Parts: sequence; structure tokens; C-alpha cells
Amino acid sequence: MTTMAPNPRVRLPQRPGDPANVVIRGARILDPAAGIDRVGDLVVRDGVIGGDPAGLEQVDGTGLTVIPGIVDVHVHLRTPGKEHAEDIASGTASAAAGGVVAVLAMPNTQPPTDSPSILGSLVERAGREAVVPTGFIPAITVGQAGESLTEHGDLAEAGAAALSDDGVPVASALVMRRALQYQRATGLLFTLHEEDMSLSGAGVMHEGVVSARIGLAGIPGVSEAVQVARDCALAGYEDARIHICHVSARETVDEIRSAKSRGVQVTAEVTPHHLLLTEDAVGADPDPARFKMNPPLRSEADRQALIEALVDGTIDVIATDHAPHPADEKENPFAEAPFGVIGLETAFAACHTELVQGGRMSLEDLVVRMSTRPAEIFGLPVPSLADGERANLAVLDLGATDRVGDRPYASKSANAAFEGMFFIGRVVMTIAGGQDVYRRGA
Amino acid sequence: MSARASLLGIADLGADDVGRILDTAGRFGQVMDRDIKKVPTLRGRTVVNLFLEPSTRTSTSFELAAKRLSADVLSIKGTGTSMDKGETLKDTILTLEAYDPDVFVIRHPQVGACRLADGYTDASVVNAGDGTGEHPSQALLDLYTVQREVGPIKGLHVAIVGDVLHSRVARSGIRAFTLMGAKVTVVAPPTLVPRHLAEALGAEVSSDIRDIADADIVYVLRMQLERMGAGGFVPSLDEYARMYQVDHARLRPGQRVMHAGPVNRGVEISGALVDDPETLIEAQATNGVVVRMAVLYDVATGAAGGSAQGDAALEAA
Repeated sequence: MTTMAPNPRVRLPQRPGDPANVVIRGARILDPAAGIDRVGDLVVRDGVIGGDPAGLEQVDGTGLTVIPGIVDVHVHLRTPGKEHAEDIASGTASAAAGGVVAVLAMPNTQPPTDSPSILGSLVERAGREAVVPTGFIPAITVGQAGESLTEHGDLAEAGAAALSDDGVPVASALVMRRALQYQRATGLLFTLHEEDMSLSGAGVMHEGVVSARIGLAGIPGVSEAVQVARDCALAGYEDARIHICHVSARETVDEIRSAKSRGVQVTAEVTPHHLLLTEDAVGADPDPARFKMNPPLRSEADRQALIEALVDGTIDVIATDHAPHPADEKENPFAEAPFGVIGLETAFAACHTELVQGGRMSLEDLVVRMSTRPAEIFGLPVPSLADGERANLAVLDLGATDRVGDRPYASKSANAAFEGMFFIGRVVMTIAGGQDVYRRGA
Repeated sequence: MSARASLLGIADLGADDVGRILDTAGRFGQVMDRDIKKVPTLRGRTVVNLFLEPSTRTSTSFELAAKRLSADVLSIKGTGTSMDKGETLKDTILTLEAYDPDVFVIRHPQVGACRLADGYTDASVVNAGDGTGEHPSQALLDLYTVQREVGPIKGLHVAIVGDVLHSRVARSGIRAFTLMGAKVTVVAPPTLVPRHLAEALGAEVSSDIRDIADADIVYVLRMQLERMGAGGFVPSLDEYARMYQVDHARLRPGQRVMHAGPVNRGVEISGALVDDPETLIEAQATNGVVVRMAVLYDVATGAAGGSAQGDAALEAA
């Protein structure tokens, strides 16, 4: 199992706030990693689990389930540079509304987050604005241009959570190799957007039956798989640890499975939209740009392979790739619309509906894949419901059904691929970093 | 009740729709044999031709078609993927809405642009070619041409040869011919066929030019040199010509050759074949006007709904 000891240098700033003081009465308290599964009261006093319930606010938890909060290791907060699409405050409010207690933000900002000074300013800003603890993943290469390494050592010192050129791959194998070698000095995990741009070309959706039918240029699944194969080979050779972002193709699943069987230290994530949707959405919808993201929605066979890989552990965790875009940028012909969909607020409900209600995975396993494992892989504090832990939890109504989009999004953007879908499982309360950050209104 | 209808792609049509449009084209065709080729059918209606990608024959034939139907015609040409001055397609459509048009005829470099535009206007939208998506009026005039010059489509074997990957003509043509009961075989270099074409559109796929042998119609696609770019879809145009060029030597008597133009002489088709009056190429160009008249009539009068108004308008022709 590829797990990092908690990395004390990672900075997860959160805005100051009063510590939560509440008793959740009569709920199911479920924390599989801590071996907790009981029905009863959960006390949060001064932001910490446990203690004396006397004098605290009482919340009726009958029929509700408390889990360790979700850790989302792949989000875009669009700061700096595209604050009209999302900012740290709105993006992390969106996280809180989704039961997410920590996020890691990607560096494809304007300018890219590629220097200790930009990282420092983001950390400082998050310390004032972030609703939930927020970490940052600076770029592997300067300007995400794939040519020269950013100052990995200084970035680690400044609190980077990992390194990524997300949005684009590191095209040069040599540059990737140098980065992997440098991990021995910094300990920073690489979280990799995998794509061979020569194969992706001008593609804008999955290369498959639907792209052939409607004439849009395709991105083949092997574009992802060949890059993953390369980086697994390099990571094995350099004895380095890598994490594969948003796996989308069955061919990639095969490469990761093979690499893991060889002992390569590779972990992987999958998004809720790749677990639930396929290329068919692009072909059928009058507003197809809301299904445009990179990597693209692929075939049903790919989707099934992703679910199987998640269930069998080839894919370790779920992450959203929350990617806000304003409506007027999506209101363009498909090829011109930007890649990306939002996902923080619906991730749990979507996965609970598809995987747990769908009989593919237990609730316990889902909690581990959305909370415990992502934190372990990235060396973050692991959310736990054990006494004495800082409260990082979500309270769920697993019987409630919502239609996505019926309530306004906390995100500044509304480019949701799940818009209009019905999901079972509602987040009613979130406590993150010991603060009471979300209560669902009537 | 609005008489609004749009023609966004052959994919949206049934055989009855195609049959109706071809019948209408036939009736307009009779008008074209008269001295005065103008009919009052769309008098007082406004047709906006919005061509945002270079086009000669499609834009001129739509313009002439609209004029022969007595519509007021506004022709706008632009370039680039986004509009000049950064205006979006949505804003261009909303601006032109001020003229209260009845029909937008749109050519755009991006797939799906016409469907997108259709959502922003109450006018009818006719897709005059959207990137590598569809070119439905071309497919309809191809059907019309075959029907007049060869006979019923049903049971014919059509070979479509060349750069299918970049071809909206092919994508609409495969749909249209199969919809009307023809068998379609695509013959092309493996690099110029979408990977899942057979499953997506129901055509047979071959990379051997000899497979045109038992086709009744050999439809030659233009090598879209401007879309080839880097990446070498074919090793060389010379080799392509040797392997896939349609010329007299590769045809047997009775096979009819089509090409939507503009042709690259000596690349996908030999110059001698282009000049051979036995091909249907000139008929395709000629028939463009009446078929586009039928298309404009069909969408503008709501003939798709079979309205009495539409029938009356046609009688006036």
C-alpha cells in the first residue's frame, strides 16, 4: 500500500472561526478506518471530537449518518486570475456544502502557481478566506510549460501539498525523470495529468462511436494510457511515488494494474462524472458543452472498467476535478467551449447513488475512498471520528433524494454535468478544521 | 402555432422528410425550366445567410435560391472560429434577430454551431455546413441528383472514396443514402476514417480502392488539404493518388461519379474524369439551387408539419 506518513510541512490554511460546539444525537457514527460503527451521540466540543456534552447545542441525528469528511485532492479554485469563475471563498464554500473538509487546489491558474511567492500569497489568502482547510499543489515545471523544473525544494518548504502540471501533461520524459529524481530530496508526491498531446491532437471528446457519429475530433483512450505507461516505468526505475489524476480509460486501468503488480508506487483517482456518465451524454444533449471535460467522458465499457478498478483497488480514490467555468464561456460551439465541470457539491451524492445504492460498493468502502485514503496518499491529516481528533466530519441523510440544480450552487459557476439528475444521499452538515462550516437550510 | 422548423442535419430527418423535400425540389425544378425563374413563395420573408467559413458554391446557391423564392436576403461573411472582434455566435445571432429574420442559413467552422444557434433564435436554422459535422443540403442535392439521373436510391450501392475523417459531406451523405435504402461502402486510407465509423453510421469500411468495383455510384471526396496540417495523415499526395485516385482506369462502364467540389484535379480524382460529361458533377452543381429552394421553403413554411399554408404557398409557385 502506497501511503505517506503525514507530511508536517504541508500547509492547509483555513480562515479563522469559532470552534464547533454541538452534540449530534442518535445518529449512526461511521468511521471504518477507526473501527467505529455505532448508533449514539457524537460530541464536538471546542472543535474536537468527544468531551462533555453539557451545555452544547443539540442536533437531532435520528436517521442521519456521521462520517469522516471528504478529502478532495483535485479541485480548481481559479485563483489567481479567474476569480469570476471561482475564488477561494466560493470554491471552499462549495466544498463545505458537499461534505468536503479539505481540498487541494491545482496550479493551472493565471499566472500558474509555479513559485514559492505565488504559493505563499495563496496560503496567506486561504488563511483569510478558505471555508475548509485548503492546500495547494504548485506546478512541476515553470509556467506549466514542461521545460524547466520549478523550485521543488522551496515549494516543499513553503507548504506545497504535492506537485502537478494539471491541465497539461509533462510532455518530456526527461523532464519527468528529473522531477521524479528530485522527489528523493523533497518528498513531494507528483499528481499527474496524463495525456500524450500528439495523440490527443485537436480532440475535444472521447474518440468513439459518438465522435464518429457527430464529427467531433476524438481523444483516444490510449492517449492517456501511453503516458501512464511511460510514467509508471519512470517511477519504477527511479523508485518514486506518483499519483494518476482522473483516470478515464480502460486502457489506463490496465496499465495501472500492471504497474501495481510490478510493485510500482502508483496510486490513482477517478472522478464522479467518469463513474456515472459516458460519451452518450455528449451525443444526446442539446447543451453538450456541459459534458465537456478533459479527460473526456468515455464509453460504457470504460465506465464499467473504472467502477471495477475502483472496487478492486486498482483505482484508489475518488476526486472531483471541480472545474468551474462561467456560463458565457460554455455557451459556445463544443470545440470552443472550455473543458471542465463543477463537482464538489454533488460528489458524495453521485457516488453514493451509483456505487452504494447501485450495489457496487459498501458505504464503508466509499467513505474510505473519499476521505481516509486520499488523506493518507497525500500525507494529510486523516479525518477521524475518534475521541480527541479535530472534528472533520459530514452529517448525511442517506435516505433523502435531491435533484441537482434545484438549489443554487455555492460555487460561483453552474457548469454541472449532473444538472437535473436525481441523487440519493444528502449532506446536511459539515464540520471542517473544527469549525461549523455548513448547515443545510430548509 | 409557429411554423418554425430547422434543418440541422440529416440525422434529424426521416425518409418521409427527405421524400417531401425532394418532391418539392422537383416541383421547383419545373419552374426553373421557364423563362422567368422567380416565384413569389417567400415574398416578405427574410433569409439571413451567415457564412463564417469560406464558401463559394453553397453560399451562392443559397443566395440565389432565396432570391428565386422572392425572399429578402441578407448575406454576411466572416472568418475565424470566434466572430471578428471577439463577438460570440450567440451574440451575433441575437443581434441579427433585430431584423426579424425567418431563416438563418449558417456555415460555421465548428461542429454543432448551427444547433447551438438554433437555441438562440425563433427563426428557422439551416445548417449549410458545420465544421466536420454535417452538410445536409449537400446530401439532399446529391440524392436529388441520383434520383433524377440514375433512378431510385433504394437498392443502389454507393462507394464514398477519400478523406472521410474531415468530411461533413461524407457524414451527411452516408446518413442520407442509407436512410433512403442504399448500401454505402467507405473506401479510404485507414488514417482518414473515424475509428468507429462502421458502428456509428452503418457503412462498410474498406482501405482497398478495388472495393469500388461493384458500386453504382462512386462518390469522390475532396482531400481537405487545409485540414491535413502536421501529422501526416497520408505519406504523400502522390502516393495517395496512386492508391486512391478515382480515374477512368479504376471505373467500369455504367458507374456514375460524384464530387461535391471544389476538386483537386490529379489528387482524389483525375482531371480527365472531372471533364467527362458522364459524371454527375455538373448536375450536382446545377441542382444545388432547386434543392436549396426546397429546403428554404420546407423550413420557412413549416411544410414539415404539413400545414395548409405551406401547400398553398407551393401552389402559388
